[in-house]
Formats: sequence, structure tokens, C-alpha cells
Amino acid sequence: MRSRRDFLKVGGAAAGTLALSGALRTAGASDAIPRVRHSATAPTMDASVKALLMEALNAAKMAGASYADARIGRYLQNFVVTREQQIINVVDTDSIGIGVRALVDGTWGFSASRVLTTAGVAAAAREAAAIAKANRVARDRLVTLAPAPAVPDATWKNAYDVDPWTIPVEEKADLLLKANAAGMKAANVKFVFSAFFFRKQERNYANTDGSVIAQTIVQSAVQQQFTAVSPDFSDFQNRTNATPPVGRGWEWVLQQDLVTNAARWGEEASQKLKAKPVEVGRYDLVLHPSHLWLTIHESIAHPTELDRAMGYEANYAGTSFVAPPADFLGKFKYGPEFLNIQGDRSQPGALATVGYDDEGVAPDEFLIIKDGRFNDYQTTREQANWLDWWYKSQGREVRSHGCSYADNWSSVQFQRMPNVSLLPGEKEQSYEDLIAATDRGIAIIGDGSFSIDQQRYNAQFGGQLFYEIRGGKITGMLKDVAYQIRTPEFWNSMDMIGGKRSYEVWGSFFDGKGQPGQVNAVSHGSVPARFRNVNVINTGRKA
Amino acid sequence: MRRDQITEVLSAPARLYHPDGAEGADDAILSQADAQALIDRIRKFSRAEAVEVQIFGGYNTNVRFADNQMSTAGGVGDFQVGVQSYFGAKHAVVTTNELTDEALKAAVEKSEKLARLAPDDPEAMPLLPPQQYRAVEAYFPSVAGMTAEERAKVALTALEPCRSAGDLTAAGYLENRTFFTAYGTSTGLFAYHRGTSSNYTVTVRTKDGTGSGWAGAEHNDARQLDFAAVSRRAIEKARSSRAPVAIEPGRYTVILEPQAVGDLCQLIGFYADARATDEGRSPFVKQGGGTKIGEKILDERIDIYADPYDPMVRAQPFDGDGLPLGRQEFIKGGVLKTLYYSRFWAKKKGVQPTGAPTSFLMSGGTASVDDMIKATPRGILVTRLWYLREVDPRTILYTGLTRDGTFLIENGKITKSLKNFRFNDSPLFMLNNLEMLGRPERLAGTEAGGAVVVPALKVRDFNFTSLSDAV
Repeated sequence: MRSRRDFLKVGGAAAGTLALSGALRTAGASDAIPRVRHSATAPTMDASVKALLMEALNAAKMAGASYADARIGRYLQNFVVTREQQIINVVDTDSIGIGVRALVDGTWGFSASRVLTTAGVAAAAREAAAIAKANRVARDRLVTLAPAPAVPDATWKNAYDVDPWTIPVEEKADLLLKANAAGMKAANVKFVFSAFFFRKQERNYANTDGSVIAQTIVQSAVQQQFTAVSPDFSDFQNRTNATPPVGRGWEWVLQQDLVTNAARWGEEASQKLKAKPVEVGRYDLVLHPSHLWLTIHESIAHPTELDRAMGYEANYAGTSFVAPPADFLGKFKYGPEFLNIQGDRSQPGALATVGYDDEGVAPDEFLIIKDGRFNDYQTTREQANWLDWWYKSQGREVRSHGCSYADNWSSVQFQRMPNVSLLPGEKEQSYEDLIAATDRGIAIIGDGSFSIDQQRYNAQFGGQLFYEIRGGKITGMLKDVAYQIRTPEFWNSMDMIGGKRSYEVWGSFFDGKGQPGQVNAVSHGSVPARFRNVNVINTGRKA
Repeated sequence: MRRDQITEVLSAPARLYHPDGAEGADDAILSQADAQALIDRIRKFSRAEAVEVQIFGGYNTNVRFADNQMSTAGGVGDFQVGVQSYFGAKHAVVTTNELTDEALKAAVEKSEKLARLAPDDPEAMPLLPPQQYRAVEAYFPSVAGMTAEERAKVALTALEPCRSAGDLTAAGYLENRTFFTAYGTSTGLFAYHRGTSSNYTVTVRTKDGTGSGWAGAEHNDARQLDFAAVSRRAIEKARSSRAPVAIEPGRYTVILEPQAVGDLCQLIGFYADARATDEGRSPFVKQGGGTKIGEKILDERIDIYADPYDPMVRAQPFDGDGLPLGRQEFIKGGVLKTLYYSRFWAKKKGVQPTGAPTSFLMSGGTASVDDMIKATPRGILVTRLWYLREVDPRTILYTGLTRDGTFLIENGKITKSLKNFRFNDSPLFMLNNLEMLGRPERLAGTEAGGAVVVPALKVRDFNFTSLSDAV
């Protein structure tokens, strides 16, 4: 809704140009892939909320549903937005309601309402069942759900210590303004846009299998854009996406040392004005985790969503080259033997990390790519059954990986991305070691422009900072760099990866999919990696 | 979550409280009088020096299908109240979707508390005095009135022919939106708009995986949409796009259907900010500083304007500050006439604020796509574009790909289906390489969204930089 966005005035034109895809540095992510399941101070579900959930499930069953689930959620957002030495706005949003999903005779119906009364939730449940019944006329195959154990009384919270809602707005604004000032000390840095963006979700879930689950999730993001303008107005350069969004609270914000780092980020924007335009050609690329996470996201994580592979996103997000499943599972060589890609919702502080998904499933950790070969898709309960032949052939249980997610009480849940991460190599080597081993190449830090086709073959990626490598050394900064890839060749050209100590978790606060569109927040752990002989283009051109 | 957060409403207007407890379109859409009453009620809680209130209500229904199968379908009602309180140069926004007096009062108080604590905003503008608005007739009962059974039948216009064909699979989406928005301030300004839209899009793929076709349509009035025709168009595109061949990427004469034109040209609007230009960071910066206003920057056949009253868009006739929006020329005869001036920047520069446009329209000509094909010795026909992302903000250089129907034209005829291309090009370059213009059409939703009306175009030297194997 444009009108609502205007009203909120979240950042105006500056916010528009600062693409809403956050990214960056995790403080000392040295223990690669730690895992959590439970935390001491998880929420308990209010009895009245539980009663409304039960009312909704009961009404759905009475209306003919063979299965139903209900979610009562409260979704809070907080923004503090600044530019240079002034505030732009402070925004607090709060939304509460119920979403009910009903399966009747093998077709889905969904209804959502903000009316949280006994009558209101029952009416929403009846509407969901009525919509499901209306769709029977167009039904082809029956929807069936893979079994999932009932979780009768579960609670969970993610890895935040300090709730951002307990921090006064002036403290948040003060930190941003100090960082802005530090960034503007650099030569020619004339503008800074910066914002905090916090989410808090109180999710209450129940289904007709007997699960009742309460979870609280907090997520935090810092967005900063430092803009250097050349004195003769012939050029401007941005440094952005310098901090990764996370599933943590205010304590994480304080650990980022934003003021000290802003001085460096401002300097980098300034240096970009003087960078040398890249010469087109083929280069070896050394990609830092702050950059590679997005390439993983686009070229591995999206094409291995099972709904995409089966055509369920054909009319919007697209399909996948990793299809049909029978031609790819266990057969397709995605990359070298040391390419291992894990799906999970368990890394502490990662954005997709939850105790239970939006179908009541406790997610497991699974290898999407195992020793270079394609091994598994991301699934929900409906989808897991589509792969029963594969799981049985492998002696594995037919179960959902717990990838069901709805971005709000008013949205229907469907398959969304778990954290999808490039696991470290056995040899302990760093980003710097990879550069030292490279004769002629380009090192890239930070994510920039990104675009990929609807089947995830052909992609083009920019970045934030580009450095020329000659004889194992950084010899200067480049600009106007983008590389173009074909996914299978690109991953098979990977010949070096970092070890455990070089693992960092980055991610996106705003990953879009579905109709109506929904936004997911997801993290991607990665080590630095080197790719051989990649096609680099120059994107600079005069208007 | 506390009990008091989940108890609803008794003090809300009667229309918000359905006897069965369920909200439908009738409940989510307040009349102008009810909206005014709700805003007055909220304003009474305010202790701030100034306050503005925005309310939004909507009821959306949808049906989704894919792989020749029903997927998800739903109905969603919601309501949002946003309160912005001001104390001098301090302000803050709080929104809620609860309508009890208690919740509304809490929202107002919270916005006052946040505003008092917030640093000064030296650019805060005083709220506007009352304005005159002319209503836009954008509300059609056909949209909210479409039942779940009727929505399923829309899906069948694609599912039935694809199932019976045996070699096709359909995926599509129908969304019916009914909404209102109202805005009121302590200065006595009140603005109200309500509207509907029905949007239907279909992608048909051939089962051999080599063909894909897309079609879509959108209208404020569902009765004006021929759903079966949209489905037939997608089927036709899918069949004719089968078994594409590769040709070398490079610069080609290209015919872009309106959907492709809209995806690319709409982007110009996001860069047309006067302040960013004055600050030296926009494509409209003149060499040495200043703006290109008054300069011819595009082909003289191009007009770009906003007009909420145009019958093809019927958009909201005021912006988020309550500024009335009329027809506004941004490009006229290829000359840059103005950029977007916020109220603050306009005051600083001593000009009139433009208001934030709610529509994007581009002038056209009279050629049909068939005429363009006939007049093309060698060229490429593009159905739509996908995944457009900024490569260089200095020139609005974007990259993206063709999708769902790309064809080779030889000697005035479509001769082959082509593999998709990646492009790296700018709408500013493209609109200087113009050959022919079609009749403007309302699009069924671009990547960036919004009400967009643009023509098909034939252009020279469009820059395809690589091939994609994606179908």
C-alpha cells in the first residue's frame, strides 16, 4: 500500500534507494554451526488464547475439516530512521489476529480475521472450511500430510537477551546519529542514511493433531548507506549492507561497534570514488561470506525449494532447474566433493531459526548438498509425501523438514527457506589465505546488485567492495564490477573454501515469495570460497 | 499476550462488529462518515500539539493454483490505524489494528511518548490545512461480491483446458481487493478514498519443459475482465514458445509488450527525486551540478505523467501528507518538466510541492504489436521481464531477464521461439532509441507494483548481454 508507506515516511527517497536487503558481519562467529533447541525463559501461552485456538479448530472440524490449524499472533515492528545528523522518523507497529487453515476433502481453505472473540475465530474457521469446499470443483489430487508427532504443550524463544522494545528511542537514535557522524568524517561522504529495524513475533499455534505451541521471536537489523559524491558531481558511490540482520536483540546491536566501524565504511565509500574501472574478462573470484551468502541464497537455496521444483511458484517466483526430483536426487553433481550445504532452523541467532514451524513440526538439520551431490529439498508436511520414494530408497523417514512459514497471522503458511549454509572445509584456511593463493583475481566483499532467472541458472551479482588480486596480493580497489554465472558451472568451478574459523552468518530480512506476496527473513552461513575463471563485466556507463 | 489484547471492540462502530463475529468486505470498508467518526474519536485522545491519523481497512480474497491443481485460497480482513503525534519538531508514528477505545487510546499515548523522546526532526513540516478533493470512483461491488465458488470457476478457465490438453500445466492467481483509506489531522483536514481491484495472472508451461507463456489483466471492476481470454492467451504463448533456439546475445531491435515496458520504465519514478538530484546523487544531475529540468532527455514522443483520475487507473487522489493529486507531467515531449518535490524540499527551493504520485502513466501511439512485427525485418519480441535489479543508480542501469515468451522476428513474421536473455540496459537509454509506440494499457502488476499504464514499444539497440537456459 503506497499510501500507508507514505504515511509511515520510513526514510523517503533514501530508503527507496537503499534496497531492502540487509546483510553483514557476525561478531566472532568462530564456532561454526552451533545449535540450540530450547531456552530457559520461553513464553507460556495465555489460557484465553489457547481457548480461542481450540474454538477455531473445533469450528473447522464441525464444518467438515479433516485437518485444521490455527495461529493467533501478535506482530510488532519498530523502526528508527535517520539521515546525517537528524531523525527522519520513529515508527512502532502492532498487529494481532488469527489465521485458520482448513483441509476439507483434500483441498485447502484459509481465512484470517482480526476479530479475536469466540464468535470471530469460529467464523474465520468456518470461512476457511467453506473456501476449501468451494475449491473442490477444481480439485485434481488430494492433499495429504506427512505425519508429525503432536507437541501438546511446547514453548520456545529465540536467542535474544535484550528485547529491543525495552530500549528508549533516544538511545537508539543517539547511536545511529553518532555512527552517521563518524561515517561523514571521510572525504566526500556527504550523505548517510541509517535505520534500526526490529521485529517481535508472539506466535501461538494449535492443530487438530493435538499440538499447542507458543513461541517468541525477536529479529534485529541495522541498515546504513554512506554516500560519497565527487566534488564535480560527476560520480557518486554508496557503501551499504555492512551489518548482517540477525535473530537476536539489542545486545547484538551493541556488539557491532557501529560508531568505530562507520568511520571505516565511510572511508570505503570515499575510496570507491577513486577506484579503477574493471577490465572485462575472466577472473578467479575470492568471495567473502558477506558476499557469498547471497549467491548461495539465489543459486542453491531457492532452486532447492520443493514447491518451486514442482511448479507451485511457476506464476510468480518461478520454477527450478533442479527438477524433476527423480532426475536430480542423488544424481546431480552440484559442485566439488567438498561442497556441503546444510538446511536447518537451529543455528542460534540465525533468522529462520525456530523451535517449531507453522505446522507444528520441530525442524531437523539436513544436507541439501552432500559431498557435492544434490541430496534433498526443503519441505513441508504436504510436500514430504511427494518424495516418499526417495526417502524410502535411502532408508530415511518420510518427514517434513519443518520449512512451513507464514509471515503474519493474516498470511497462509507455505514452504519457506530454512537457514541454508555452506559448511566449512576440513582445512583451516582464511579469506586472506585464499587471496594469497590467487595469482590474478578479484576479491569481493559485501552484497550488491543481484538478479537471477526464474529457474536459477543465469545470475549476475555485483558487490560492495572489489579488490584487484595480483600475485597473491591486493593491489588496489576496482569499481563497476559484476560477474555473470551459470549456476552448475559456477559451483563446479569452486576450488578452495575456508575452514571453521572463517565461517560467518549473513542473511536477508526481506526475502519475497508467494501470491499474495510474503516476506521471509533467512540467514546463510558461509565460509569464503574461490571460484575459477568467472566472467566479469563492467557495469559503468555514462547517461 | 494478555487477555486485554484479545478482547474486542464493543465500542467500535456498529459496522465493524458483524453479528456472526466474522469480518467480510462490508465490515472492513468504512463509509466516509464512519471513517470521519473514527478519526474524530481517535483525535479526542490526543494531547499532542498536532496529530495526524491514517486508517486503512481491507478485505482481500484469492485463489491460487499450480501444477494443474488447486493450491491455496483464502479471505483476509484487516484494519490498521496509524497515529502520528507532534510536539514541535518531534514526532513518532504508532499503528495498531485493535479498535477498542482502550487500544486506540494506548496507541495515541504511545505515539506521544515516543515523539517526546525522539530527537528533533528539523525537516518536520506543519500539517496541511483542510484541502479540497474530488472523489475517484474506484469502488465496484463486483469485486467483493465474487464468491469462493465463482473464484474457483475462474481457476477452471485455465485448469480445464490445460488438463484436457494433456501436455500443459497451469499455474495462476486471482486476487480481489476491496479497501478504503482515510486520513485526518488536528488541523481539520480529512481525506477519504475507497476502491477495488481484481487481478488475474496465469503462467502455462508445456510438460516437456521447453515452453512457458504468461498473461494477465487487472481492472477496478471485475466485470470488465475476460478471465477465459487471459487463460487462452497464456496457453497460446506457452505452445508457441516451445523448443526455443539460442541466438547470440547482443544489441537487437526489440518489441516489448506493455508488461515488459512497464517493468522497466516504472523504475524512472523511483529516481525522480528533486532532493537527491540537488544533492548530486541521481541520474537527473546536470554536469557540474543542478538538475536537468527543462532539458530534453527522452524521445519527443514520450510523455510520463501521473493522474489518479484517469479511468485506466482510478488511483487514490491524495498522498500520504493529504496533498491533493491531479494530473502531473513529469516528462512532456521528452523534456524533463519536474521531479518529485516533497513539502520540505519544495519549501526550501521555493517551489510548489508535487505530492507523491499514486499512478504511473506513459503516452503511446497507435501501432499494434502486430503492426510492429510486420515492420520489423529482424528483431525480438519480449513478453515480460523478470528480476530487475539496479546495477548503476547513476544511469538507472538495470539488469534482468526475459521470461515466458521470447520470439525471433524475421521479415515481418515471428519465426522462432528464442531462449531467454539477460539484459543490462536503462529505461533512459531505451526511451531514446524509440521506433514505434502502441496504445497504452493497464498492466496486471509490475515487479514494483502500483497502478501502471504504458504502451508496447519498438526500440533499437536493446542490450542483451547473455543467454539463460531458464524456461
